[in-house]
Amino acid sequence: MASLQSQDVVARSATTTATPQARSAVPQVAKLIDESKCIGCKACQVACMNWNDLRDDVGNNVGVYDNPADLTANSWTVMKFYEVEPKQGNLEWLIRKDGCMHCEDPGCLKACPSPGAIVKRANGIVDFMSENCIGCGYCVKGCPFDVPRISAKDNKAYKCTLCSDRVAVGLEPACVKTCPTGAIGFGTKDDMVAYGEKRVGELKERGFQNAGLYNPQGVGGTHVMYVMKHADQPELEGLPKDPTISPMVSVWKGIAKPLAVAGMIGAVVAGFFHYMKVGPVEEKNDEKENA
Amino acid sequence: MAKLLQRYNDRERMNHWFIALMFVLAGLSGLAFFHPAFFFLTNLFGGGPWTRILHPFLGLLMVISFGALFVRLRAENRITDADREWKKHMGDMLKGDKASMPPVGKYNYGQKMVFWLMTLSLLVLVITGFMFWRPWFAPYFPIPVMRAAVLLHSVAAVVLILTTIVHVYAAIWVKGTVRAMTRGTVSEDWAKVNHRLWYDEAVKRRS
Ligand code: HEM
Ligand code: SF4
Ligand code: SF4
Ligand code: SF4
Repeated sequence: MASLQSQDVVARSATTTATPQARSAVPQVAKLIDESKCIGCKACQVACMNWNDLRDDVGNNVGVYDNPADLTANSWTVMKFYEVEPKQGNLEWLIRKDGCMHCEDPGCLKACPSPGAIVKRANGIVDFMSENCIGCGYCVKGCPFDVPRISAKDNKAYKCTLCSDRVAVGLEPACVKTCPTGAIGFGTKDDMVAYGEKRVGELKERGFQNAGLYNPQGVGGTHVMYVMKHADQPELEGLPKDPTISPMVSVWKGIAKPLAVAGMIGAVVAGFFHYMKVGPVEEKNDEKENA
Repeated sequence: MAKLLQRYNDRERMNHWFIALMFVLAGLSGLAFFHPAFFFLTNLFGGGPWTRILHPFLGLLMVISFGALFVRLRAENRITDADREWKKHMGDMLKGDKASMPPVGKYNYGQKMVFWLMTLSLLVLVITGFMFWRPWFAPYFPIPVMRAAVLLHSVAAVVLILTTIVHVYAAIWVKGTVRAMTRGTVSEDWAKVNHRLWYDEAVKRRS
């Protein structure tokens, strides 16, 4: 994709000037994952492997359905299974399709030091441009959702692309297309929020008072959202309740940079002017003064 | 020409310049990741991935060689009461009034502070550096720990760079100092003016 210009880049890692974004008259998109409709069949995992030509190593079965156990550089989406008791004595089996959330304010992009290794497109998709990736792992520290994975083979970071290549030509993501129960929806962000709210209403009618839409505002909202039965406790399924970019990352990538650069340049300039004002310390002059 | 006093032997000097070289290389490769304005420095090291690969090794070489210097000079850099006295007059010195400074030994308070700031920042740099050294060590540390580590690493690097700017400036400012490290010797006049107590000792030792 390197030379296929998209010209819809609204944000670019480690870049301080405007990016090519003339073709930005596109709607914001979103993927909506309705957990109440998901049966955990993993068809989306397979579709993702197929469309993206990914093949993960065969791992070990440790007696749970999670397979592979976690996201990897070759598994950009993974079904996670949680046996939880939101109410005492009321066992529930929650299933979540894990993967990149496509944050409106992406911590990965903020942290990345390599110009253009991470871009955000006008439609909201956060994309890793792997040929610019230097393998430093800063995106891993920037992401509030523990999503990016760095390949042991090529030391590049990988994650779900939201099928930016398909979306760019008007197709829905592969995982969306394949889902047999219609649990994964794709459309404009507005439509998906509206549809999600509707589903939440239906769930509430059926007795799930805490149902809700997971579209965390701490990262400006996300372009991958969940309809949850227990939106008051996203921790039940391994998601942070109020995710934000870590303050540590904000300081490091925010105020620290201009402050340090100003300090270093300032020290040299101060030294220069000090020398010009005061002059060097020379033993000859001092000798005379002492005498 | 004034008579000379030995201040550093060859091994100390070569080690010092090896540290300085590694400081420049580790510093430039590190700054490349610190701010987009410096990313072009990766070109000096063969591109982004190579800079990422090389930086920790360069830093480690600097830390190891500084370790040798630390062991040699630790005792001579202990802060004493005389240093605290000297510190009170530091403002005069900066204004160019060298005459009112109390006599000092081999190192003055400013030099000792440079020594300890470098020691401290290198210690922080090496410890935090290992915590996010990909691919080998980073996997052993949880993400929140790594976040703190990168922040501390960059703060320590800036402290080290600022300290080194002061250090280099002092060498330029106080005439006759640079030859201590380039030749190993200083003039007696230089020593008399800048390190009186060390001068007295050196003369006594010689006679
Ligand atoms: C590259 C530029 C540098 C220059 C021009 C320079 C110059 C000098 C000079 C002239 C001295 C002798 C001062 C004296 O004996 O009174 C000295 C000592 C010393 N240098 Fe450097 N240096 C440089 C870089 C570094 C670096 C990168 C380090 C380590 C981080 C370092 C650490 C030291 C230490 C610890 C001493 C012993 C003095 C003390 O304990 O205060 N230098 N340097
Ligand atoms: S690993 Fe690659 S994508 Fe991640 S922060 Fe580093 S350069 Fe950017
Ligand atoms: S979830 Fe993580 S990797 Fe995905 S866009 Fe947000 S910060 Fe980046
Ligand atoms: S959107 Fe595409 S890349 Fe992302 S999980 Fe679905 S199939 Fe995989």
